[in-house]
Amino acid sequence: MFSAAGDSLLARGMKDLGGISLHNVSSLILAILDPWVACGIVLLLAFFASYMSALSWADLTYVLPASSLGYVLVALIARYFFHEAISPARWLGIALITAGVGFVAAGPSLTTPARTHAPPSESASQEAQP
Amino acid sequence: MKQAYTWAAIAAIVVASTAGDVLLARSMRRVGDVGELWKRHGFLKVVGRVLATPSFFAGVAMMGAAFYSLLFALSWGDLSLVVPASASLTFVANAFAARVFLHERVGRRRLLAALLVAGGVALMAI
Repeated sequence: MFSAAGDSLLARGMKDLGGISLHNVSSLILAILDPWVACGIVLLLAFFASYMSALSWADLTYVLPASSLGYVLVALIARYFFHEAISPARWLGIALITAGVGFVAAGPSLTTPARTHAPPSESASQEAQP
Repeated sequence: MKQAYTWAAIAAIVVASTAGDVLLARSMRRVGDVGELWKRHGFLKVVGRVLATPSFFAGVAMMGAAFYSLLFALSWGDLSLVVPASASLTFVANAFAARVFLHERVGRRRLLAALLVAGGVALMAI
């Protein structure tokens, strides 16, 4: 959700700023001062934190397809908030991604052995305590 | 020749992006359950533990390399080829890399899910 909302806010902000040419790259740096773009960047940072947290709880092959639902959300936001047209091929893509996420979500989230919650040195000192 | 450069850049995106994902996953595996760590030691401890894992910085560096490879690929090839090809191939490459480097059990269900999502992402980018 953070990824979809962040991308959507970036798109909203960049549409306000208009096209940026290669001869005027400095305007790309100034784009972060736009409130929509700034909020989009904050949400994308929240996405990165959520993605990293998810990787601490589940396998990469579970998190990656599951987080691709963001593509579907972006398409739906583009359709209903930005009134962009969605081609039949994109609707088929949405269906395939949803099916893929359904497949992976029906299985276990973790297939690797349990992880340690402390570095080896810390674990050793905790075990040594009575 | 331009097509060869484009596909070389797409290959670079897939390799760098997959390596980045695997390194970040390995980093978080070393950190452990973030929720439990936060509850027991606080937010700063979580940040400190993440920053103390070398694979985190290597992962971020690989993500940066993937981003610049994307810029190179876009300068040589069409957007409608570069984005769907790199995104969908990255999904499939991740499934194999997670099996080899992270020892995840990638069964038929997960492989099929990766292929479905890869196909879906390719269609979304058209």
